[in-house]
Amino acid sequence: MSIAVDTTKEAENTPDKAQPWNELGLKQEEYDRIKEILDRRPTSAELAMYSVMWSEHCSYKSSKIYLRQFGEKVTPEMTKNLMVGMGENAGVVDIGEGWAVTFKVESHNHPSYIEPFQGAATGVGGIVRDILTMGARPIAVMDQLRFGAVDHPDTARVVNGVVSGISFYGNCLGLPNIGGETVFDKVYQGNPLVNALSVGALRHEDLKLAKASNPGDLVILFGARTGADGIGGVSVLASETFDSEGPSRRPAVQVGDPFAEKVLIECALELYAAQVVAGIQDLGGAGLSCATSELASNGNAGMRVQLKNVLLRDESLTPEEILMSESQERMMAIVPQKDLQAFTDIVTKHEVEFSVMGEVISEPRLYILWGDEEIVNVPPRTVAHDGPVYERPVAYPSWIDALNANSAATLPRANSAEELKKQISAIVSSPNQASKSWITDQYDHYVGGNTALAMPDDSGMVRVSEESGLGVAIATDANGKYCQLDPYQGTQLALAESYRNVAASGASPMAVTNCLNFGSPENPEVMWQFKQSTAGLADGCLELGIPVTGGNVSFYNQTGDVAIYPTPVVGVLGVIDDVARRIPSGWQDEGNNIYLLGITRDELDGSAWAETIHDHLGGKPPLVSLKNEKALAELMLGANLQGLIASAHDLSEGGLAQAIIESSLRFGVGARIWLNEIMERDNVDLTAALFSESTGRMLISVGREDDVKFVGLCEARNIPVLRIGVTDSTKELIIQDVASYTMDELTRTHEGTIPELFG
Amino acid sequence: MKIGVVTFPGTLDDRDAKRAVRLAGAEPVSLWHADKDLHKVDAVILPGGFSFGDYLRCGAIAAQAPVMETIIDAAYGGLPVLGICNGFQILVEANLLPGGLIRNEHQHFICRDQKLIVENVDTAWTNQFTLGQEITIPLKNGEGGYIAKEETLKELEGEGLIAFRYSEVNPNGSFNNIAGLRNAKGNVVGLMPHPEHAVEPGFGPDTDKAMRSGVDGLNFFSSVINWMVKA
Amino acid sequence: MPKIIVEVMPKADLLDPAGKAVASSLQRKGHPEITNVRIGKRIELHYSDVPTPKQIEDAKEIAAYFLSNGVIEDVVSVTVEDL
Repeated sequence: MSIAVDTTKEAENTPDKAQPWNELGLKQEEYDRIKEILDRRPTSAELAMYSVMWSEHCSYKSSKIYLRQFGEKVTPEMTKNLMVGMGENAGVVDIGEGWAVTFKVESHNHPSYIEPFQGAATGVGGIVRDILTMGARPIAVMDQLRFGAVDHPDTARVVNGVVSGISFYGNCLGLPNIGGETVFDKVYQGNPLVNALSVGALRHEDLKLAKASNPGDLVILFGARTGADGIGGVSVLASETFDSEGPSRRPAVQVGDPFAEKVLIECALELYAAQVVAGIQDLGGAGLSCATSELASNGNAGMRVQLKNVLLRDESLTPEEILMSESQERMMAIVPQKDLQAFTDIVTKHEVEFSVMGEVISEPRLYILWGDEEIVNVPPRTVAHDGPVYERPVAYPSWIDALNANSAATLPRANSAEELKKQISAIVSSPNQASKSWITDQYDHYVGGNTALAMPDDSGMVRVSEESGLGVAIATDANGKYCQLDPYQGTQLALAESYRNVAASGASPMAVTNCLNFGSPENPEVMWQFKQSTAGLADGCLELGIPVTGGNVSFYNQTGDVAIYPTPVVGVLGVIDDVARRIPSGWQDEGNNIYLLGITRDELDGSAWAETIHDHLGGKPPLVSLKNEKALAELMLGANLQGLIASAHDLSEGGLAQAIIESSLRFGVGARIWLNEIMERDNVDLTAALFSESTGRMLISVGREDDVKFVGLCEARNIPVLRIGVTDSTKELIIQDVASYTMDELTRTHEGTIPELFG
Repeated sequence: MKIGVVTFPGTLDDRDAKRAVRLAGAEPVSLWHADKDLHKVDAVILPGGFSFGDYLRCGAIAAQAPVMETIIDAAYGGLPVLGICNGFQILVEANLLPGGLIRNEHQHFICRDQKLIVENVDTAWTNQFTLGQEITIPLKNGEGGYIAKEETLKELEGEGLIAFRYSEVNPNGSFNNIAGLRNAKGNVVGLMPHPEHAVEPGFGPDTDKAMRSGVDGLNFFSSVINWMVKA
Repeated sequence: MPKIIVEVMPKADLLDPAGKAVASSLQRKGHPEITNVRIGKRIELHYSDVPTPKQIEDAKEIAAYFLSNGVIEDVVSVTVEDL
């Protein structure tokens, strides 16, 4: 049986044949450009390749001009530990002792609204493969989730599907889930955000890149068979905004098999150890189109590939479909001819299927054959790297001045202790501030035996070297509300918070990744938000001296005209010499002094207090001083090296009240706290003292014997320090003149919300 | 003393099991599912994970692997065998232990620090505990619900073949709070929780003393060393 | 293509948490008439030729000893289907 294929010869002979470039998501100019590049019309297969590879998701056409800043606003000092920067599958950082880590965060938003379980599962699968492709063993995952309003009937469907999907895939891969965040806001109702992060460890010499450079090397596809998964998923789905009735179509969503991926991981690592792989790429969005063109383009070489050699799950697939398929758990290796037998022996041992697709050639051209017919003949660079670059119109939002003028400062405040206690309880039990353990208990955080910190501590920390204890810590953060108020500052606030979280755990911040979730780039106001946000992040990284190593952009997160809040997730990675020195987020010993570092201002705009008590969003987000964050982080490092810190928790959403309660609940140890000194020194009232979200603050507990040294250290570095309490074992938390809670009451308040909603 | 740790496609906790063996003072030996040879090990551990993707039934396909043929024979001959989580499921599928393990009652995967009562100390893997001792061992699974026919349960209870029981909380609906079993000879033990995740200070469950300092799992591995030394 | 269809159900007197969860969900969705749900498996064995009587006996054994776990499941039927 033969399918009539559209060949390059046919394309030459029928230049005026009508092609569905519009339905495939291309613009007239883009179609014309393709014809210019090829000097003829494209074949159907070439059209499919360009349409997918030039889609927003794959080509970053709307964001490229702004992402450049991450590579431009850097200093040699900043990038001295960077082994691989942006543009590769994931960034790689030297952490010392001959070890390197690779990490990245990515989105899988739209598929997770259509099919939450598989969308989230394959999101995890995809990011883990990116890490594996760098030559690393994946060692941990994290996830950053945003769902709609808790009381909306559709939210439970998405929450349950996504959490089960992440649990299913991550646990089955044997990767500990070491942290993340979950946020509920009606603005994400039709556009839930599912971002997944993975980190891997490798020895320097094991680094692999996705390039094919040696003519004669073999191109081998291995892993799962190719089927109809997600055909057209990338360009069609990611660039499609949902209409208000919900998902308008149910295309072939990708279905993940974590067992296949686990086997693939072990197989790939053994291939790497045997040094039989010269280059490697994973197949994600745009499948074979992407893998072949990127490998060739990165290596400044070309390829000749026989598409009929692809092992198929479904024999009815056309060549175009095979090229666009997003079947999971597949990788493409470049293998020198001399290593083919060794390669074969290893994949056979693991019972992984493979097929030799073709070979690398020196001419920078990608030839794809279907039997005897040539169906693709393109310059790979034009597919993979020289895609369109847009400079979309940018417009200052018409609504933002009014929003900024509407501060939360004048909203009514509690004027009795009773009312304050009610407000504390309301905030600490609100869906966004409540304990997420109902979710995180569905994730394995033990597997591997190297997890030093996980939820609910401030960062996820994993030991990399069992000999020395060398480890890495990762924290991720985003605050869509702050970014709605001011995208530049809001993004710097996210960076500051992740940075502070890493420092709170005892690690030294070293590198940054990001996942930028925004509305439609065709909306000039969204584009303005994106421009501001990327500038904020680039400027912030420059000031903190830590580079962006890679990341992801997800546009089109909007339903009709309503975009999500700009939600740039910023991840910071830090290094610690010995994970034994990590700092717990809550106090465990009684009789320790509790200190608050940093200044408290009256900053309630965009706060959990404004949202929970008044359903209010307006004003300007808290001030951010990256200089202060840096000083604070350096203090943490210095104090921790001397063993002075018993526990540390950073202050963020929910302010001091939230931080105190979380620190107390961590090990179920009570405390007595007084606020009068903060109020006096910083000139704030009780509401601000409890709920302000001022930055650059840390809640520390210190053993009695270390008090003098600790305070001395803070004063020497000009870090404002105030003793605000003592820990005690009475199983009671007392905030003097405000509220007292038994540990049971506190537990019920903080931990009851999420299970009640979704359990 | 050499303790074999089996790896099936999809096994996840083999590296942790090997670490636990090393920490207890024995030498871990990697055993591949397709290799019938046990390489002269003195005991075998079937670790946790999702062998063969949990396809058909958890542990069903693994129980048919070449290495299992040898292990089953050796177990009847007295070789100490410890089945952890998926390993317990494999022992049940291989009929080395009775009953069945099904989906958790509440339908979710759960990862928690689980309190257990040690109900039997006359086995290869529990002789270093004291009878009735309460220990904390990480539990992480989706299919940990132990079920068995009435008669089987009566027999297990009557003959003291229950090795561990869940204490404080039954995390998965297991009948009679059964967390782990032993065979009549005492050389084969299976349990759902993961002792290999509570062997190294700094990486185990939280305790009242310090974060992640729980090492109650080490006794499993020192027990088998003691058992072999005495044998 | 000739097939043998094997149907496996959880044992009647044992727990079926998946079935229970589905039943509750249906009842909540307004189907009080559905009193219980039990979920099993349907397994297809594919053959190149119509299975011989010996092969059918083999299939029954495979069903009993591998495709089902006799402790917790019953083989409800083994039928030849010829398409």
